[in-house]
Amino acid sequence: MQLHHLTAHQLHDMLVSKQISAEELTRAVFERIEQVEDKIRAYITLTKEQALELARQVDRARLAGEVLPTLAGIPLAVKDNMCTKGVRTTCASKILYNYTPPYDATVIEHLNQARTVMVGKTNMDEFAMGSSCENSAFFTTCNPWDNARVPGGSSGGSAAAVAAGETILALGSDTGGSIRQPASFCGVVGMKPTYGAVSRYGLVAYASSLDQIGPLARDVTDCAMMLNVICGHDPLDSTSAPYAVPDYTAFLTGDIKGVKIGVPREYLGEGIDPAVREVIQKAIETYTGLGAVVEETTLPHTEYALPAYYIIAPAEASSNLARYDGVRYGYRAAEAEDMVDMFMQTRSEGFGSEVKRRIMLGTYALSAGYYDAYYNQALKVRTLIKADFDRAFKQFDLLLGPTAPVTAFKRGEKVDDPLQMYMVDICTLAINLAGIPAISIPAGMVDKLPVGLQLIGRPFGEGDILRAAYAFEQHTDHHRMLPE
Amino acid sequence: MISIKDVEHVALLARLSLTEDEKQVYGKQLSDILENVRKLQDLNTEGVPPTAHVLDLQNVFREDRLGEHMPVDQVLANAPDRQDNFFKVPKIM
Repeated sequence: MQLHHLTAHQLHDMLVSKQISAEELTRAVFERIEQVEDKIRAYITLTKEQALELARQVDRARLAGEVLPTLAGIPLAVKDNMCTKGVRTTCASKILYNYTPPYDATVIEHLNQARTVMVGKTNMDEFAMGSSCENSAFFTTCNPWDNARVPGGSSGGSAAAVAAGETILALGSDTGGSIRQPASFCGVVGMKPTYGAVSRYGLVAYASSLDQIGPLARDVTDCAMMLNVICGHDPLDSTSAPYAVPDYTAFLTGDIKGVKIGVPREYLGEGIDPAVREVIQKAIETYTGLGAVVEETTLPHTEYALPAYYIIAPAEASSNLARYDGVRYGYRAAEAEDMVDMFMQTRSEGFGSEVKRRIMLGTYALSAGYYDAYYNQALKVRTLIKADFDRAFKQFDLLLGPTAPVTAFKRGEKVDDPLQMYMVDICTLAINLAGIPAISIPAGMVDKLPVGLQLIGRPFGEGDILRAAYAFEQHTDHHRMLPE
Repeated sequence: MISIKDVEHVALLARLSLTEDEKQVYGKQLSDILENVRKLQDLNTEGVPPTAHVLDLQNVFREDRLGEHMPVDQVLANAPDRQDNFFKVPKIM
């Protein structure tokens, strides 16, 4: 198989045994990018010269006999909402089209220390608001399995790049499903860690109580290796959790005998495509066959996750995005009479329509007279949603369901109807509201399009999730499928 | 139902200036979304505390000590307009 389709752990072995050099690997990935990027359009910015230089440094260090970290020399794509020192970071927005961060996000520092090789910054929905990458201010990314379809969103560029062989690993961010849903649509592995497990310092904020950075990869082992690098307490993020990070690869035993898995009936009910449901039923059979105990359960407040999310996330966004005022960085409208006029023109010209819609919605929900009815009520419902999960995890080690109710849809199909677009995230939103970890792994195909299986765990239960995901992967071939 | 007047008020609060077309479209779309969100009101949440945040962290302080900071030129490197060591903006009054 070609280098660009291998996993990080396979490539690590080849690098260590000197079958290949990091420079050869980086060149192979850029050759692949040149071959397919015209069609896929996963990247906003490519950093080829910098990547080749980093790769050569890794090669020199290895030749000099240095013992290098596991991910040394492995190509990495980064969603364009994470600050990279000296490399443009746009959030796929006109308002940040020229922003070059003077510092690295903490995750980037970790990955630099691990000596990964960043190949570029990936396309996304503007400010991570969207489920299809169609809200990018620059261009739309295509799904590698069918170019007429969306890659999902908002981390669609990162998911498409992994699926198309345009990188080996990628970083995404997940506020309501933005790692897991594109992973599902593109047939790759994507994980949202527990809130607070990965530092958000240097991640451009959308909804701060929900945002979390996580990995996109070809298989569960790569995902675990990346978690080992990016997790951990960071004094620069006051919401970063002080906890001891385990070696996540130690959970990849393949043994899940006696593990109790709950299947919330709400996740297989109304609104789920019957063909997707069938794939999930087969996955349940696989788990039963492996000795897990699978039973039905219930998360009774599931239907309230979407409305609660679409108050809380826009409310936080309306506050977070107040900083884009044309004063300190980014776009500034040219002709303004005074300061307030400059704010208004800059923001109106700089933000796209979905971002404005969510700012308006959030501002409304927080405004005098509506705060209690909308925002405060949504926060109380969030408590009930979290309590549903707490209750379920008293009985079960993990919960299982589809990642998305459908497979990748056609470009343009949902752009005019925001509510229809929001519905694509019904299986993922509640997990962000509860702050718990979840993974999406390839579980099968429907009409030549990938379907993702979602496994949900207790707070800081990433290890249990990875154990079950790995066991599934060991007994299936779905993660080995490649788009043409 | 959100009126055009509501849309204009919210847009002003959010420092957005909207075209007449945008006001119409947002008025309709926000009404649809809020209609869907109204479902939250069906739930009895008496005595339920709000969750603004899922972690049990409170008052995360650091020591009050001078740290390293970025050189001024680096801070101002992305400024749309500057004068000396300041961000330059249009007249305020």
